[in-house]
Amino acid sequence: MKVLVPVKRVIDYNVKARVKADGSGVDLANVKMSMNPFDEISVEQAVRMKEAGVITEVIIASIGPAAAQETIRTALAMGGDRGVLVKTDQTVEPLAVAKILKEIATKEGAEIVILGKQAIDDDSNQTGQMLAALLGWSQATFASEVKLDGGKAEVTREVDGGLQTIKVNLPTVITVDLRLNEPRYASLPNIMKARKKPIEEKTPEDFGVDITPRLKVLKTTEPPTRSAGVKVESVQELVAKLRNEAGVI
Amino acid sequence: MSVLVVADHDNKTLAEVTAKVVTAAKQMGDEVHILVAGQDCEPVAQAASKLDGVAKVLHADDPIYSARLAENVTELVVGLMGNYSAVMSSATTASKNFMPRVAALLDVAQISEIVKVEAPDTFVRPIYAGNAMQTVQSGEAKKVITVRTTTFQATGQGGSAAIEKISAAKNPGLSEYVEDRLSSSERPQLTSAKIIISGGRGMQSGDNFKMIEAVADKLKAAVGASRAAVDAGYAPNDMQVGQTGKVVAPELYIAVGISGAIQHLAGMKDSKVIVAINKDEEAPIFQVSDYGLVADLFKAVPELEAELAKLGL
Ligand SMILES: Cc1cc2nc3c(=O)[nH]c(=O)nc-3n(C[C@H](O)[C@H](O)[C@H](O)COP(=O)(O)OP(=O)(O)OC[C@H]3O[C@@H](n4cnc5c(N)ncnc54)[C@H](O)[C@@H]3O)c2cc1C
Repeated sequence: MKVLVPVKRVIDYNVKARVKADGSGVDLANVKMSMNPFDEISVEQAVRMKEAGVITEVIIASIGPAAAQETIRTALAMGGDRGVLVKTDQTVEPLAVAKILKEIATKEGAEIVILGKQAIDDDSNQTGQMLAALLGWSQATFASEVKLDGGKAEVTREVDGGLQTIKVNLPTVITVDLRLNEPRYASLPNIMKARKKPIEEKTPEDFGVDITPRLKVLKTTEPPTRSAGVKVESVQELVAKLRNEAGVI
Repeated sequence: MSVLVVADHDNKTLAEVTAKVVTAAKQMGDEVHILVAGQDCEPVAQAASKLDGVAKVLHADDPIYSARLAENVTELVVGLMGNYSAVMSSATTASKNFMPRVAALLDVAQISEIVKVEAPDTFVRPIYAGNAMQTVQSGEAKKVITVRTTTFQATGQGGSAAIEKISAAKNPGLSEYVEDRLSSSERPQLTSAKIIISGGRGMQSGDNFKMIEAVADKLKAAVGASRAAVDAGYAPNDMQVGQTGKVVAPELYIAVGISGAIQHLAGMKDSKVIVAINKDEEAPIFQVSDYGLVADLFKAVPELEAELAKLGL
């Protein structure tokens, strides 16, 4: 059984995004970029499934600029087998990403696709669910535990009220949450080995997918900023201020 | 054409967030209908019919909707969309689960977590952990929108919408519900509490959260946590506040032993008043706090409880 793991190159999670002065977007020039942290968890999950012998191959895919190749290499160094880079410099919305991934999953004969629950740049939380819909597959989102069991997967999900367990038919799309695993660091020998793993290059047109954005971004602005208030010297002073000044207790 | 709001509920009670989604839906300038899909959920349909501004409630009652599995709810909603120009729901885990699925089958974009309706086709939404606000316009015939409910007031009561029973859509039979392990608490819910006190890695153990709970009980507050506290097992996952947990905006947010990472701030920086208790005066949380106390939490939190007791709380 093959698993497809899509990965996205995004702003590093330690970097605070800055809005461009002209309101045209977020300034990504000279900003550190990394693999979307949730995708590291997806890769880890797939690699562990391969190590446990329940799947045979881990295919890594990324849709983005040429530099997304590095993101694929990182995933290959973690244990992915080979990569597919769908090269484009345009913004690709989740629906278009899902359409391309559908073509890859179908062509590769993948039976499970594991994605991050959201990307930390656009915070959309859509791609996995859209992909499942387009494929007509089941979905198990926000996973914190995954067990394969015959033709099904039993998945525990992080939901607003706590945890929920569902059973989904294979093939399936799983999106991962933070507690599923702790991703490994790639070792130096594995980074060397990953350099030799194949990465196939494609374009959205190769899959016949129109990636024209459906939404028009009119502007991007700074959120309202908060400024630091005062330091209080004691708990007594804090409580007095909360009661008399802020009036919140 | 009308706007369809998909209700959040647990088959017994209508979630408070739905009244807030209705407020956003009313700003779309069309008639608002609510879909209640569940099992034995008559009280939810009744509650939905009383929301101000709702013209009609569609009630689909069937065992296949008891757990609101994404595949099943999607089938139902997509089948109804011939009559609607937009479908809206809250940005809860339940709605985030099925709404993108609906969008994909309608072949339209989803607009996630809007905080403002500028016009029926133009919306504002946070991106990059709330460090940028994007204004987007959709020219599509059908809109699929999730709403960040912290920025919308709940619509009032006093409506008397007709309830129309509708039949279930076909069961895709792709998934089944096994069980819920929900946290139970007498305290207010994080997403609707007026006061929240959250603990971070600085708490050092789950047991130490009892100190925070004691303060919460005095303030009738909800208890939250940072990711680090959840990862370490000090608190359950449903308490995580942040970019990838719950987004909250209470009147008062007290952060205890939390450094103030970008991802945590994303979930609480719209709170009205922020208090930070941290022993590191350089902690970034102080940059967004109205009141900062540089102190050891193990001393400060019990003191806080005692001070509140003095006030008779
Ligand atoms: C993809 C991704 C998503 C994430 N999503 C979220 C999210 O939704 N929510 C979230 O919170 N985080 C999230 N994070 C994690 C975030 O980056 C931080 O790691 C996390 O918020 C840190 O938690 P913390 O402040 O409790 O811990 P730390 O950063 O370790 O801070 C602990 C603080 O406690 C203070 N302290 C320690 N002991 C004491 C004491 N005795 N008295 C007083 N103060 C003390 C320290 O001075 C320090 O400031 C995410 C990260 C990633 C990569």
